[in-house]
Amino acid sequence: LSTTRTIATQRSAMGLPTGRLAIWWVLVSEIVIFGGLLMSYVMHRIGHPEWGAEAAHTNTWLGATNTLVLLTSSLSAVLGHQAAEQGNGKKAARYLYFTFLGGLTFLIIKSFEWTAEIREGFTIQAGGFWSFYYTAAGLHAFHVLCGMLIMLWVANSARKNQDLHRVENIGIYWHFVDIVWIFLFPLLYIAK
Amino acid sequence: MADALPQEAHVPAHGHAAGHGHGEQNFFMKYLWSTDHKMIAFQYMFTGMALAMIGAFMAYVFRMQLAFPGHSVPGYGVVTPNNYNALITNHGSIMIFWVAMPVLIAGFGNFLIPLMIGADDMVFPRINRLSYQIFLLSALILVASLFVQNGGFGGAWTAYPPLSAVQRYNLTPIGASMWVIAVALEFVAFLLGGINFIVTSMNSRTRGMKAFDTPIVIWTIVIASILFMASVGPLIAGAVMLLFDQLLGTSFYDPNRGGDPILWQHLFWFFGHPEVYVVLFPAVGIVAEVITVFARKKLFAYKTVIYTFIGTGILSFFVWAHHQFVAGIDPRMANVFTVTTVLISIPIAEMMFVYIATLYGGSITLASPMLWALAFIGEFLIGGVTGIYLGASGLDIYFHDTYFVVAHFHYTFFPIAIIATFAGITFWFPKMFGRMMNETANKIHFWGTIIPFNGIFIPLFFLGAAGEHRRIFDYSSFPHLATPELQALRITATVSLIVMLLFQPIFIINFIMSAIRGKKAEKNPWKSNTLEWTADSPPPHGNWAEMPVCYRGPYEYHVPGRAEDYWPQNLPPDAQEAH
Repeated sequence: LSTTRTIATQRSAMGLPTGRLAIWWVLVSEIVIFGGLLMSYVMHRIGHPEWGAEAAHTNTWLGATNTLVLLTSSLSAVLGHQAAEQGNGKKAARYLYFTFLGGLTFLIIKSFEWTAEIREGFTIQAGGFWSFYYTAAGLHAFHVLCGMLIMLWVANSARKNQDLHRVENIGIYWHFVDIVWIFLFPLLYIAK
Repeated sequence: MADALPQEAHVPAHGHAAGHGHGEQNFFMKYLWSTDHKMIAFQYMFTGMALAMIGAFMAYVFRMQLAFPGHSVPGYGVVTPNNYNALITNHGSIMIFWVAMPVLIAGFGNFLIPLMIGADDMVFPRINRLSYQIFLLSALILVASLFVQNGGFGGAWTAYPPLSAVQRYNLTPIGASMWVIAVALEFVAFLLGGINFIVTSMNSRTRGMKAFDTPIVIWTIVIASILFMASVGPLIAGAVMLLFDQLLGTSFYDPNRGGDPILWQHLFWFFGHPEVYVVLFPAVGIVAEVITVFARKKLFAYKTVIYTFIGTGILSFFVWAHHQFVAGIDPRMANVFTVTTVLISIPIAEMMFVYIATLYGGSITLASPMLWALAFIGEFLIGGVTGIYLGASGLDIYFHDTYFVVAHFHYTFFPIAIIATFAGITFWFPKMFGRMMNETANKIHFWGTIIPFNGIFIPLFFLGAAGEHRRIFDYSSFPHLATPELQALRITATVSLIVMLLFQPIFIINFIMSAIRGKKAEKNPWKSNTLEWTADSPPPHGNWAEMPVCYRGPYEYHVPGRAEDYWPQNLPPDAQEAH
């Protein structure tokens, strides 16, 4: 695809680059999507104290490992942004590939976790807690996957020193995905 | 601050257009794969109009069933209970999600935002195109759902579970899931479009145009997009949950599996009530543009109106449970929501007074756009006032699910989705197609729409007040409820609907004929101030050869000391009158 840029795209009446302004609005819409889902979960959870026993079957250690993996991948996204600021596209791309690997590790660990749980009979139909567990974590994993694909695309152009401003934008998105997990982990794993 | 902006406005705009392509595009690239905001606006608008015809046909079929139960409906046949449910459900869904939203926000938003702020296009033209394509896909899925085995979804447009979640209740295993998927995709399309609208309006105003120099309709479309974005999220999550309940056997909403059906109602109405304002705001914006031009007066209290809209938008997040007064919510909570609901009528009343104050002392021309705008004020007022009855939790226990509710929200939605749209189309038609509409045909169409509209819904107020329930398919099945003395009202409503529908071809023919061979329109036929009227009619790809510069607010009509009664935004302050 050609890089069509309209005059509108290049303007900045607010003093912010267009892409960054847009990514913040994307996050606003994402916050309410996850906010609605998590609020529904919290309200249900308060009404169903017995869900604590269900939550005890989740693997807190794997969840904690995944938290660490995601946080580390966010760190390399920040370093990638720093490199992009300095105009070093190659270095930025390397950091983004590392972040991509972090996301991949996260998904692999998650799939091991889910396989074990499904084997034990805790499927998405096993009750209210498991419905929320798979839906919320699944929606989050879908965001991780989308973020990874976009990251790959951004990194490939950053490698050629093109569109370096996108390194920051995908980083902002990745931090958001990270923060959602920071909410999901205690809600789904720790609160027994 | 204008000096800080890039100097692109001074150079002819063609340097940027390498990827745009001028003239050499084939049919597919020009009409179906275009990234031009005007073409995308037309795509949205025409898709919305096509679906409006489907929605109107559905209304005709079920109104015939209600007035003449059991008789074969000409053009459709005998209406079964399942047909009836699918018809009312999809009528509501189509008119709100596939007519009001695409025409008012996406159609007018796409057409007006770049033209009114002096930009060549949206900030993300390809995301804009993607937004329409997802929208089109959602519309196709919805229409297809009407023809699958067991027919379309029939659980009402609000899709309350467990009816919507459990196949053995709704009897439409395929239709119900297709409905949810279509609605969710439609939301995604409007999120993408909304981000474009918001960012474009915030960041891409032309040189010299401050936020408070943008026309009201830009403000209202942006506020509506933000409202939509902030309210639809929980329902997107909720739609995924509903889909999983239908297809994967999760237990979010089905009480037999430990779920909570009221949860859906909260998620739905947390979106559903702001949604009313999401479609209302662009409509009142269009009306504001029309009445200032045809009253040749400055909009009364421009800034106050904007703050009022923002306040209304915030307040609209705190009224949703007034849809659930009889759903078993805590009566103390119902009291709170009664108060917030009645409170929100204050800013809306203020808006009405602002429009009346704008009209006061103006030199009013009753051209067809102005007729539609004035009709909007009058008809929406009836919708607003009857809403106060329904907002009171005590009265609502009686009125709930009667035809009074149906009449009330049609008195709000019809002015929004139909009247304001006609005001906008008749007003901007010269800019859109470069030709003038036939004014006589427009006026016949106006009266032929407005009078029967009241003929449809005033009887429904009386029916509802007499206790007629909106979910009953055939009153003759309930002899003790049938109230034969009300039959005349049911027939009046149905006949009025048919009369109204018969007047619509006048508009369609006028639209097509005027677009092809109407009188050529000049750049600024209504002598309006806003920037879109400085572009050619119709504007070329890129809108202006040289981007306009803005010097003042949009409503400088009858400025003392000026010979002409208008003062276009792009006219330098020291320029002579002749231009």
